[in-house]
Amino acid sequence: MYKVDPRRMDLVAEFMDQPGGPHSPELTLLVNRLRLLPMAERVVLVKTGAGDGWRLARMPARGEPVAFADASVFEDYDDACREVFRRRWQHVTGIDPGRGDR
Amino acid sequence: MKTIVGYADRWSATPGDTIEFKVSTYGAEHYRADLVRIICGDDDPHRGLFCEEEIEAPFNGTHEGRTQEMAAGSCVIVPQPAAAERLASFTVQAWIYPTLPGGHEQGIITHWDGAASCGFALVITAAGMLALRTGNGAIHELSLETGLESRRWHLVAGTFDATTGTLGLLLHRLSSEAEAGENARASGEGGFRPGSGALVIAAGEAGRSDHFNGKIDRPIVTGRALDARDVEALAWSGSPHEREPAVVGAWDFSQDIGRAEVTDAGYHRLHGRTVNLPSRGVKGFNWSGREQNWRHAPSEYGAIHFHEDDHYDAGWETDFAFTVPATLASGVYAARLRAGDDEWHVTFFVRPPPGTATARLAFLASTATYMAYSNYRWHMSEPFAEVAETFWTTLTPNDVFLQEHEEFGLSTYDTHADGSGVRYASRLRPVLNMAPRTPLWSFNPDTHILAWLEHRGFAFDVITDEDLHREGAGLLQPYRAVVTGTHPEYYTTPMWDGMRGYLSQGGRLAYLGGNGFIWRCAFSDEWPGALELRRAEDGIRYRDEEPGEYYLEFTGEYGGLWRRLGMAPQALVGVGTVAVGFDRSGFYRRTPESLDPRVSFIFEGIGRDELIGTFGIQGGGASGSEIDATDARLGTPRHALVVARSEGHSADTWLVPDETGFHHSAMDGVQNPDIRADMTFFETPSGGAVFSTASIAWGASLPHAGWQNNVATVTGNVLNRFLDPEPFAMPAGTADS
Repeated sequence: MYKVDPRRMDLVAEFMDQPGGPHSPELTLLVNRLRLLPMAERVVLVKTGAGDGWRLARMPARGEPVAFADASVFEDYDDACREVFRRRWQHVTGIDPGRGDR
Repeated sequence: MKTIVGYADRWSATPGDTIEFKVSTYGAEHYRADLVRIICGDDDPHRGLFCEEEIEAPFNGTHEGRTQEMAAGSCVIVPQPAAAERLASFTVQAWIYPTLPGGHEQGIITHWDGAASCGFALVITAAGMLALRTGNGAIHELSLETGLESRRWHLVAGTFDATTGTLGLLLHRLSSEAEAGENARASGEGGFRPGSGALVIAAGEAGRSDHFNGKIDRPIVTGRALDARDVEALAWSGSPHEREPAVVGAWDFSQDIGRAEVTDAGYHRLHGRTVNLPSRGVKGFNWSGREQNWRHAPSEYGAIHFHEDDHYDAGWETDFAFTVPATLASGVYAARLRAGDDEWHVTFFVRPPPGTATARLAFLASTATYMAYSNYRWHMSEPFAEVAETFWTTLTPNDVFLQEHEEFGLSTYDTHADGSGVRYASRLRPVLNMAPRTPLWSFNPDTHILAWLEHRGFAFDVITDEDLHREGAGLLQPYRAVVTGTHPEYYTTPMWDGMRGYLSQGGRLAYLGGNGFIWRCAFSDEWPGALELRRAEDGIRYRDEEPGEYYLEFTGEYGGLWRRLGMAPQALVGVGTVAVGFDRSGFYRRTPESLDPRVSFIFEGIGRDELIGTFGIQGGGASGSEIDATDARLGTPRHALVVARSEGHSADTWLVPDETGFHHSAMDGVQNPDIRADMTFFETPSGGAVFSTASIAWGASLPHAGWQNNVATVTGNVLNRFLDPEPFAMPAGTADS
């Protein structure tokens, strides 16, 4: 299993620059690792309606209502993805990566 | 938040047909309904493509809202168990294979009258133990302390001896070559007076609650308290009523596979019916492994697999009806429902009267595929979904609603609560992803093609898969050309034969999609509105099919990929699925074969070196999502021309499992030379032709630059030629002599 190295701010910066990819091989490993968190530990996006932006929620268990994580709303999809990445990284490492080293 | 949903009793209608609309509101006292024609369902505000046309209809106006309930969970109902209502002593027994014991009570065989506290109920308790409850005005319960094992066969029985007032329980878990069996018994005092109402197998009172998860085989009710030896003897007997005269009911699930009927083989003929489409044609407790086909050994397929989340027909009351007038042109329509800030479209298709056509071109709506994906929730339950589809999970308002309404049922991509794959999908319920303003998959991206046809002024009829299944080639024959949607994935055998018949008689098919003609599915007159799928062996299955259960219940046919059945799509449309990738799409480059005069019509207005489809809504290119390629070994016609081939696929585009016998490190779109979409054309001996774009993303490139682009040009060129009555000629050297 790929181990997330909390010192690799270069990978964070690469993701923040281009959240939709294409990503370097090492960033792909990192992104896959964050996408393989246990379901209950994942922060996910919720599209609230056409043109209404994206919000954040915990991945609900089967049959469990969706609960928003907070009140934040993202007008830009890439920004929403950056925030999911940031929160999952923080969940794994305990460190807020910000936007990396760039 | 969603405050209104609904469904119609049919998806396809012709003038004169009456469509019944069933609506449920959540908190809204009133709603407005309007008939609309759907032109484009893509509602991304940045693209500005959404378009619908309001049409006068008698139901247009304000209606009273109400909440309608939908009950999930399958069982067998024996409506009039007269002999059970005369019981004094009894034994109730069955072979059971629990798949989710515990969590909540699950009825095995029940004849319980809760109001009078009488009857019996053999159940699995919330703690996962076998228990017998009886009532005679007071309630008596006996439970074992030995838990039931998940996915193991157990013989279970509950008895009441009226002469001694004794309750008894028996459990025998079968041993195997590797695992020891187990026996457990208990007895206690009790009392019993027969209940009234329906006898239920696999649920609690009246079949409304306490649904069983797992298989049940050979349920038997006997009018005396049997000892363990007699219980065993009946359990293994093929004719328990002949062995034991006191048998009241002995239900033989190996009869009636594919049907709702449940036959009581005993003398009392206490026949029943299944509710909510449990799975039949499944391995029984005595399955030997020597047969894989339930038709060849029905006695070894005498179980039914029940699920608490099985579904079939919501059975809602009709809120308004609409008789399709002769003046309503063929097309895609919806009853648009609005309540507060929410909106919902109950989508349906209007076709011309059977045997007629009102245009030379038909759009074949992939309703079998729309059904297979209905209320898809895989992305919310599969841990590998994000890496498989290369995304961060993004829930839609419909997903949020479905999370709160599990009773709306699952898609054939999902798994039941017990982990088994969902085999049936029904349209007799609100299908939240078969509507405009939904994500661009299955139905909604097909409206890009519909909107483009409209924009370019092509007159077309709309027909559906269910029509093709029912009417075969005769449905297609009036049309000079047929165009598919983006993803015509699921085909029944009659649909497949109908398409073959059309092509063999000079039809022209424009397959404007990818991953099409892949899975064999089935419809059944016994279960109208439902589709069955068994994902045997291979392909992107999303979940494993249960081994030994690959034969479809509805038809007895072997399920799975058409390719694995020896009838690959390459032989029908020239191409078949090779890869999937959802992050970025590629584009097409013309091949030297595209200079062949046979295909010059395709490229009118396209430069020799012009790249095709370097743009698009799905992944930024016309070749992507799911793509197909030619393969002569699988039947691509020898004279087929690959006129353009795709490039630029991503490292997250992967070969499909059916394309490889051994996974390796070069299976992605950057490295693997087999990953490409082959835009393919061939003529047929009867003057017809087939054109395949081989990509799901193709249709999503049509709207680019105000519908003026080279994907639209190629598509228009093909359709113009396909609508020309001039027969296509087979190339020299290929015609029959």
